[in-house]
Amino acid sequence: MLVHSRGARWALWAVFLVLFLPLFALPLLVVLGASFATHWSSVLPSGPTLANYRSATRGEALQALTTSLLTAAGASLLALATGTWAALAGAALGKRAKRVLDALFVLPVAVPSVVVGLSVLVAFSQPPLLLNGTRWIVILAHTVLVTAFAHQSVSAAVTRLDPAYEQAAASLGARPAQVLWRIRLPLLLPSLTAAAGLCFALSMGELSATMMLYPPDWTPLPVLIYAATDRGALFSGSAVAVVLMAATLLVLFAVSRVRTRASYR
Amino acid sequence: MAEAVRAARAVRGRAEGSRRSLGAFGRALPPVALLALFFLYPLVLVVRQSFRPDSGGTSVQPYADVFASEAFRQALWTTVWLALASTAGCLVLGFLLALVIAFVPFPGAKAVARFVDVFLSFPSFLITLALLFVYGSVGMANGAWTGLTGAAQGPFQFLNTPWGVLLAEITYFTPFVMRPLLAAFSQLDTAQLEVAGSLGARAPRIVRTVILPEALPALAAGGSLVLVLCLNEFGIVLFTGAKGVTTLPMLVYSKAILESDYPGACVVAVVNVLISVGLYGLYRVVSRRAGA
Repeated sequence: MLVHSRGARWALWAVFLVLFLPLFALPLLVVLGASFATHWSSVLPSGPTLANYRSATRGEALQALTTSLLTAAGASLLALATGTWAALAGAALGKRAKRVLDALFVLPVAVPSVVVGLSVLVAFSQPPLLLNGTRWIVILAHTVLVTAFAHQSVSAAVTRLDPAYEQAAASLGARPAQVLWRIRLPLLLPSLTAAAGLCFALSMGELSATMMLYPPDWTPLPVLIYAATDRGALFSGSAVAVVLMAATLLVLFAVSRVRTRASYR
Repeated sequence: MAEAVRAARAVRGRAEGSRRSLGAFGRALPPVALLALFFLYPLVLVVRQSFRPDSGGTSVQPYADVFASEAFRQALWTTVWLALASTAGCLVLGFLLALVIAFVPFPGAKAVARFVDVFLSFPSFLITLALLFVYGSVGMANGAWTGLTGAAQGPFQFLNTPWGVLLAEITYFTPFVMRPLLAAFSQLDTAQLEVAGSLGARAPRIVRTVILPEALPALAAGGSLVLVLCLNEFGIVLFTGAKGVTTLPMLVYSKAILESDYPGACVVAVVNVLISVGLYGLYRVVSRRAGA
């Protein structure tokens, strides 16, 4: 305990709440409040309604939700496969080669996502690989953006892996593929699911690269929220934002359930 | 004889080692090839396009044009000072909040730490959307003001200025500083604090002489990550919708999508990549030193 006087402690907590609540709790509450309202011209929102949600769960918005979910699922799975492969292959490399591999795979974090969007747009708007105007270009850009995070968290887990298990399996005659499939991947499952959750959340909220690339028939939720607020429809935009947050949290929750089961096994 | 056997073993071992490392290289190849095709090759094309003006040929004309334009210099300056100011704000605020959570815990402090994690999984533009309702022209704060004083307009009109972006960036990125700090604090031996306290040091002095030196690596790592993320932030600036606030990523977007000036967009992109990759390299070095 750093502060022993009770008065000082209460004063600190008061300062904490004064800083924390308006900065971090209020924004989420405000978006939630606005999603149930039609007006906001005084302290509290007014005109309670469910109409925002009715429009946020059908038609264009429902399609955007499906688009976002499919994009995020596809991008996370692809990123997880690539990132895990790179992490496992990197663990077998020498020190210097591993450092180069790590640096390569972390690069997409450092490059601005808008630039990733631009580069994908420039590269795949021309033959031999013409993807511009299709949904694949969005999924591809998301995959590039989240692969770095998948690789980072899986490779951290690979270095923590106890080599005794795989050595025991190998000494009992298991082939490398068997060791990978029966020993290493199951041991990595908790961090694989954590990485999947992270990738999914990032892809669900991705706006920068998506704004550069999305074709009209593949509009993810963040783009729809931007379009709504840009034309002044703040309240229906908030409802879509709440749907986005809820969907992200639901998937994260489901993934963490898988994770606890995996770590108990 | 024994010598010869040992030498032969050594040679065979080396051969086996190099065969194994060759296999390891082979297995690392497919993911690297994918990365090269879908990430590095597009970046190379961006660099190539930045040297190809629409008039044809290869020249540095796009660079000369962009560097000469007032909009670019303005955007560069806005980006840099916004990122520096946001990082400073996040460091101060994150340090204070993490300090209270870790060392002056209150009931529910754990839940607050969990909430910070959840906060990180939401997109940044939600903060700007929320600020529109809090400080917007007909938002909470201005509504309260006009309700109390009867004035026609509230005093909070900063959302469309860089200050609005600054507030949103500090809000969104502070958790990125808090997380490594909380991890570092949880490893700090509290006996040190007790000893310092029992020897008569007051809280500010303990913070300065015991906690701050321990937190420095985490602060450096979190701070440089936030600096890079702020330099590259797009959603917050886009949602602010302010004509006066243009950052480099925003300039890339508007040049490419709104003006279809691809060589110009590529030039800005190259500059932006150089700045942020350079800083990120620094961050990696710092955080590896810090062992974070």
